[in-house]
Amino acid sequence: MSIHYKFYWLIGGIVLLLMAATVIGKLLRIRVKSEGGIAVVDNLNARVRAWWSMVIVFTVAAVLGKNATLVLFAIISFFALREFVTLTPTRAGDHRALSLAFFVLIPAQYWLIGIYWYELFSIFIPVYGFLLLSSLSALAQDTENFLARNAKIQWGIMAAIYCISHAPALLLLDIPGYAGQNALLLFYLVLVVQISDVLQYVFGKLFGKTKIAPVVSPSKTVEGFVGGAASATAIGGAMWWITPFSPLQATGMAFVIVLMGFLGGLTLSAVKRSLGVKDWGMMIRGHGGMMDRMDSVVFAAPIFFHLTRYFFT
Amino acid sequence: MWLSSLLIGLVRILVGATPRWIGSQPTTAQRIYFANHSSHIDTMALYSALPRDLRASTRPVAAADYWGKTRFRRYVVLAGLNAVLISRNGPDSTLDPLQPLYEALENGDSLIIFPEGTRQTQSLPGTFKSGLFYLAEKFRNVELIPVYLENIHRSMPKGTLLPVPLICTVRFGAPLQRIANESKQAFLLRARDGVMRLAE
Repeated sequence: MSIHYKFYWLIGGIVLLLMAATVIGKLLRIRVKSEGGIAVVDNLNARVRAWWSMVIVFTVAAVLGKNATLVLFAIISFFALREFVTLTPTRAGDHRALSLAFFVLIPAQYWLIGIYWYELFSIFIPVYGFLLLSSLSALAQDTENFLARNAKIQWGIMAAIYCISHAPALLLLDIPGYAGQNALLLFYLVLVVQISDVLQYVFGKLFGKTKIAPVVSPSKTVEGFVGGAASATAIGGAMWWITPFSPLQATGMAFVIVLMGFLGGLTLSAVKRSLGVKDWGMMIRGHGGMMDRMDSVVFAAPIFFHLTRYFFT
Repeated sequence: MWLSSLLIGLVRILVGATPRWIGSQPTTAQRIYFANHSSHIDTMALYSALPRDLRASTRPVAAADYWGKTRFRRYVVLAGLNAVLISRNGPDSTLDPLQPLYEALENGDSLIIFPEGTRQTQSLPGTFKSGLFYLAEKFRNVELIPVYLENIHRSMPKGTLLPVPLICTVRFGAPLQRIANESKQAFLLRARDGVMRLAE
C-alpha cells in the first residue's frame, strides 16, 4: 500500500471515529437528565468538538509537509511554555532567560530538526540551554530563590520544548524501507497517546473504583488505566500497517507509548498541584490548556523517538 | 484597520489578554476605564480585552511626551489605537492638559486611562493623580470602571524591551459609585481601592 492510501485510510478512520463520537454525544445529551450527568456530557461534547479542530489542524499540517508540521509543533511548544511560565512565580531577574527561551530556544530547536542535525538537536537544550540560561539568570544578580526559580524554568523548557519537539523529530529518522512515510509515524504516536487518554477516561468513568494516586490525580483509577491501556495497546498493535513495525513490535511500541503517556499525565498533574491549579489554562474548550492536552505526549514522544531510532534505523 | 488588528493579534499571542468581567458587563454605556500601570503593553492589553464593537468607541489616553516622540510611535497609537494624546509636563499655563479628554468625552467616546500617570515597578497601583477626579466631576453620567491588569508587570517590567509571553488577565470591576461632595483625596483613594480589590 502506498503512503497516500495509508494516509487516506487513516484519516478516513479517524473521521468515522469522531463522527461516531459526535453522534453518541448528541444521543447522550438527549438521554441524560441528572445535573451532574449533563455537566459530564457537555464536557464530553466540548472535547469532541475540540478533537475535530485538532484533527483538522494536524491533517492540514501533514498535507503541507515537514516545515508546516515543525511550525505547528513550535507553536504548541510556545503555548505550552507560556502556560507553564504563567503559573510559575518568576522575578524581573528571570526576564532575559525567559526571553531567550521563547524567542531563541524554540525556533532553534525546531530549525535543527528542519536541517536534520540530530546530534545538536539532541543536546542543544539539555547542554547549551541549561548552561546559558542559568548564566543569564546569575548575571541578573537576583539571588532570592535563585535555585528554585532556575529549576522551575529549566523544567518548563525541558517539558514544553525539548520533550514535545521529539514528536516532529520522528520526521528526521532514516528508517530503511520506510522512506517518505515518517509523517505516518508521527500520526501513529499522537493517535495512540490520545486514544489511550480517551479510553482511560471512558473506562474510568464507567468502571473506575480504585484510585491509583488520589493525592495527585483523583480521576486516575486502576480500572480506567488497565482497561484504557489494554485497549489502546491493542489498537496500536492493529495499526501496525502504517508503521515500519511488525504487528508484535507495534503492540510493544504502543504499550510503551501508553505507559509513558500515563506517567506524563500523572507527573504533570503533580506539577500542577504543586503550583496550586487544576488546569494549565483554558485555551482548548473542554480540555483545559495546551499542556493538559500535551502532557502525555511530553513523556511518550522522547522515549518512542529513541526506541524507534535505536532499533529501526 | 489592519494596524489595529495586527497589534491586537500580537498582544493576544504574547500575553493572551483574557477579559474577566467581574463587577460589570461589556455594554455600550459611556465609560472611563481606569487601571494599574506597569508596562508599555498595558494600553494594548486592556484595549484588546474589549469586544470589537466597544473598541470602536473606546480611546486609550497616552502620554504625548512618550508616544508622540517619534513618528513611528505616534503612528502606532494614533492610527492603531485611535488614542488621545495628553501632555503630562505639568501646567503649561495657557491650556488645561485635560482638554483633549473633555473633547473626547463630549464626543460620546469612552476612555482608557492610567491614573498613576507613570509605570510602576510593582503590580499594585501607586497614588492616583487628580485627573480622574476632574473627569468624574465634569462628566457625572459616565461610568467609572476600575480595571486590574494581572501578570503584565511580569511580562514586560519597566526597563525591558521584549515582553515575555505570559497569560495576562484583564479584570473589570463594578462601576465606582458617585458620592456627593466627596473630597478629591477621598475619591482618589476610593478609586485606587477599587483597582486594588480586583487584585485579590
